[in-house]
Amino acid sequence: MSATASAATILTPADSAAMTRREPTPPEKREISARWQDVLFEKTTLFFALFVLALLAAIIGSLIYGAIPALQAFGPKFFVTNVWNPVTFQFGALAPIFGTLVTSAIALAIGIPVSFGIALFLTQMCPPILKRPLGTAVELLAAIPSIIYGMWGLFVFAPIFADTVQPALANTLGRIWLIGSLFQGAPSGIGMLAAGFILSIMVIPFIASVMRDVFEVVPPVLKESAYGIGCTTWEVVWNVVLPYTRVGVIGGIMLGLGRALGETMAVTFVIGNAYKISPSLFAAGNSIASALANEFNEAANPVHLSSLITLGLVLFILTFIVLACSRLLLAQLAKGEGKQT
Amino acid sequence: MAKSTGLYRRRIWVNRWNLTASLLTMAFGMLFLFWILATLFLRGFQALSPALLTQMTPPPGSDGGLANAIFGSFVMVAAATFISTPIGILAGIYLAEFGKTNVLASITRFINDILLSAPSIVIGLFIYTVVVARVQHFSGWAGSFALALLAIPVVVRTTENMLRLVPNSLREAAIAMGAPMWKVILMVTLKAVRAGVITGVLLAVARISGETAPLLFTALNNQFWNTDMNAPMANLPVVIFQFAMSPFEEWQHLAWAGSLLITLAVLVLNILARVFFRQSAPK
Repeated sequence: MSATASAATILTPADSAAMTRREPTPPEKREISARWQDVLFEKTTLFFALFVLALLAAIIGSLIYGAIPALQAFGPKFFVTNVWNPVTFQFGALAPIFGTLVTSAIALAIGIPVSFGIALFLTQMCPPILKRPLGTAVELLAAIPSIIYGMWGLFVFAPIFADTVQPALANTLGRIWLIGSLFQGAPSGIGMLAAGFILSIMVIPFIASVMRDVFEVVPPVLKESAYGIGCTTWEVVWNVVLPYTRVGVIGGIMLGLGRALGETMAVTFVIGNAYKISPSLFAAGNSIASALANEFNEAANPVHLSSLITLGLVLFILTFIVLACSRLLLAQLAKGEGKQT
Repeated sequence: MAKSTGLYRRRIWVNRWNLTASLLTMAFGMLFLFWILATLFLRGFQALSPALLTQMTPPPGSDGGLANAIFGSFVMVAAATFISTPIGILAGIYLAEFGKTNVLASITRFINDILLSAPSIVIGLFIYTVVVARVQHFSGWAGSFALALLAIPVVVRTTENMLRLVPNSLREAAIAMGAPMWKVILMVTLKAVRAGVITGVLLAVARISGETAPLLFTALNNQFWNTDMNAPMANLPVVIFQFAMSPFEEWQHLAWAGSLLITLAVLVLNILARVFFRQSAPK
């Protein structure tokens, strides 16, 4: 083999051309095949990257296709009517949309301050030894499957909530004019408020870990100069860290909102599954996701099925917009970071 | 002077008050973590028995186990992992190695991040309309596909992030040796971040093994032992959902036992992934 290779170097071009047929891979051919393999490899990886894009298009496309019968039957009125009657085939999405928005709003109202507190604790106050275990513990809250939150919520949390928290709320906030009606009604433990509360525990790890990460990229020199002129820890966080990381914090909140909107199992257990729009947060309601989880398999009528798919489409578009805003904000922050350092 | 001490005192109190509140929020978070875990252990351990692994899910009002559900979950998660890992890794390679700057890659990255947090029930709905509604029956495969779609974005994200940590000098060294690009990527860069990619896959497995919503309309449930992925398949999350919502005490006990098993599996996978990554991460 090596003999033919060295002989080839002193042969005429015509001879070496004849020899190439016997040589398995001459260098130039090897280069061509390597280039060809590279192109093939790049196209393969490109194909799978496009697969991810196609997936999104397919999800939206299939949901729109599935939603057509319901939209033909009810028109745009579908989104603003509050009726859900599988017997007379009258469907309107207002109650589940309302439930989704209300539970998510409750989740954020509780989740944002708590997440901020946790991020503040982890970044400014926590002893270094505890930083990692506590950070991991908060992230583990996100790892617990949502069905576990649901079971715990229904069997453990709801009875306690009904016995202690709900009467207390009814006796205090419930007596205040205007917002009082939010906290009236039978304290049954299940309903919008309980669902929102459990959602808030589920979104805390998402919001808190984004907040912690962005708090940690604040240049130490900024904080040190604030401390240097005599600011307290709280003043440093509130007047320096928070304004500096504003965009990232909002991005984290949107990420939590995206999670809260689409959360299914935990809500299904505790929301009560009633197609009602009630002024009281104690009342049972329904969210888009819980309506789907409860009814989809029992829906035999095509219009019923299509109405549920339309609900899914609404949910997907809602979360898509929220998550897109979140990602754009976080991306903007990452860009700014590059400029400033 | 008196005024300034008053202001000073107020600032100190505001600071103390808010830092205490921050400590309390941390305690609030931990309280719920431990409350949920304690409930699971107390109720789950009571219901644990060898019958869980040997008997099938019972009809209402009698004792039984979860063998078919555990098996079904295991098979579906395994199939989903085998489907999603290569797809996710290859897409991640494109984003990190070939598409650092082009528009297509940034759009893909953006969409992938959205799919990462997209509601899982919508993925179930999607698989229902494109698979279950076409073949006219629920199946284990449909469940696996739904789970795979949830796992892919996780694998894509971690693979890309990990590959970006590889220093360019390593790629250049391999290219200078005359290696074609695909060999550089598969045998040098990907190998250098093996630990990180495996961590990503473990996290994806942890995420999909607790998912219930996408399985409701795809794999459905099955009361019997089933090894045919083409038929409806029992799985732990859906069994837990059905049993927990039922009025039968035996079923509820089984639901707690199943919850304990699933949470332990998910938490162990999560912690394993973290420990594994920390020990072998590129420094």
